[in-house]
Amino acid sequence: MGARLLLAVLLLLAMAVVSLFVGVGTVTPARLLAEGPEGPAMQLLLVSRLPRTIAVLLAGMAIGVAGLLMQLLARNRFVEPSTAGTAESASLGLLAVMVLAPEAPILVKMLVAAGFALAGTALFLAILRQVPLRSVLMVPLLGLMLGGVIEAVTTFLAYRMDLLQSVNAWTAGDFSGVLEGRYELLWVAFALTVLAWFAADRFTVAGMGEDVATSLGLDHRRVLAMGLFIVAMVTATVVVTVGMVPFFGLVVPNLVAMAMGDHARRAIPWIAVLGGMLLLACDMLGRVIRFPYEIPVGTIVGVVGAALFLALLFRRQARLG
Amino acid sequence: MIEAIGVSKRYGETVVVDGVTLRLPRGGVTAIIGPNGAGKSSLLSMIARLLPMSAGQVRVDGLDVARTPGAVLAKRLSILRQDNHLPARLTVRDLVAFGRYPHSGGRPTREDAAHVERALRYLALEGLAERFLDELSGGQRQRAFVAMVLAQDTDYVLLDEPLNSLDMQHAVAMMRLVRRAAEELGKTVVLVLHDLNFASCHADHIVAMRDGRVLMQGSPAAIMTPEAIAAIYDVEATVHEIGGRLIAAYFA
Repeated sequence: MGARLLLAVLLLLAMAVVSLFVGVGTVTPARLLAEGPEGPAMQLLLVSRLPRTIAVLLAGMAIGVAGLLMQLLARNRFVEPSTAGTAESASLGLLAVMVLAPEAPILVKMLVAAGFALAGTALFLAILRQVPLRSVLMVPLLGLMLGGVIEAVTTFLAYRMDLLQSVNAWTAGDFSGVLEGRYELLWVAFALTVLAWFAADRFTVAGMGEDVATSLGLDHRRVLAMGLFIVAMVTATVVVTVGMVPFFGLVVPNLVAMAMGDHARRAIPWIAVLGGMLLLACDMLGRVIRFPYEIPVGTIVGVVGAALFLALLFRRQARLG
Repeated sequence: MIEAIGVSKRYGETVVVDGVTLRLPRGGVTAIIGPNGAGKSSLLSMIARLLPMSAGQVRVDGLDVARTPGAVLAKRLSILRQDNHLPARLTVRDLVAFGRYPHSGGRPTREDAAHVERALRYLALEGLAERFLDELSGGQRQRAFVAMVLAQDTDYVLLDEPLNSLDMQHAVAMMRLVRRAAEELGKTVVLVLHDLNFASCHADHIVAMRDGRVLMQGSPAAIMTPEAIAAIYDVEATVHEIGGRLIAAYFA
């Protein structure tokens, strides 16, 4: 298992290196050598390509792991930040800061968005507890509806205040605007991912349900609160820096679960690596498919993710049937 | 010793458990029986602190379950409720290993591994250990959960209708296992049973509940009488001695 993970990490690094040389401006190893460290190619590499590649990797890792946490805590395979009102709430929070305190530093914006995301997700879980659930698919449907309502509020307010364009930037994930100095907040999301890994066993136990968790001596409430905190913060940082990447947190953990199960301590490294890889692949695809123009990664993930998701659903039915 | 003192559970006007006072000594197998809605499962859940009490107190070896930290209690008392639905994909071995969580805190030692192996062996799950739970039948899954509770290695083991979804063969095997756990490992097992005859054959002590109260309790011989069964279930039954055991016939 360790050797295969190492291999995957090496592949991820190789993809990251390739990503550095994919884009409109010509950056090639030959030009880098010819122009030296002060040349325009190196500048482009350091200011744009490298930050962009790092941002994609960090976001891919963090969203994937956040998806797993949500699936464990909501005890449902089909929950992730964009199917539980989390991302939409973060977006609403961001709009609130834009309106009330437009000059606030980005960290404050992120924290307010995280607060909204936390409240929105808590509301979602509270609704889940009230509604009798007859099917596993009811849960994400409820989340999508809640997200739709919150999004409608955001859109209405943004329309009234002429901020629709900014809102679009948060809801459609896109890494083309990532430059040095404008993505570093994503390291916070990475730190939270590492934290999730350290607490992995607690999340797995919590995923067995409140009764089993309590019987095993786990403070279910506290773990739930910690998980929601991580998910809300990750979602908020991603929304603030690059915009939401819908369904990503659903596809990656499910793919890993099919291969090796949900034991979080073992699954999280794989989700992180596979998440980084998949998002980087989608981002590179978006860069070359209509060269020299770009297609936002959110759109690519939407297509790829939807296809993978459908495949997952059909496979699942084949197993049950 | 498990002591319940004036334990009640109310939902608005509805009283589910009504001032139950009960002392269950250490060791042996105690079966809680009674008709549907008698409050058996609710009582068990309150003893295991899964359900908050409306009134009363439960002490396990003198520890008040409402006040004792969950992690401390988890080393003394474990519970398995019915309907264990698990959306997460775990292997049988993973699940059983999580029974060691109160002891290992997620860092299993060699001793923990030995407990896991023993629990798997006890429930004849060695061959299924690497299978995912969602690939098992309901009965196999039930056995995996019981193995997890066994791996937790607590003095007190509470089982809520453990025979649910088990066929005849596995139901008998489960009750024999419960007896073995009590005799060989010195566990105190308290379980809710629907089938009176299983309680008669395998329990040392029977607690009969009805309408949220303890109607009567005693040895199987004391409970297995036509009069007592009529009082508990409103069912006419005849009691026969077959092979040294008391069997109630109430099927026709």
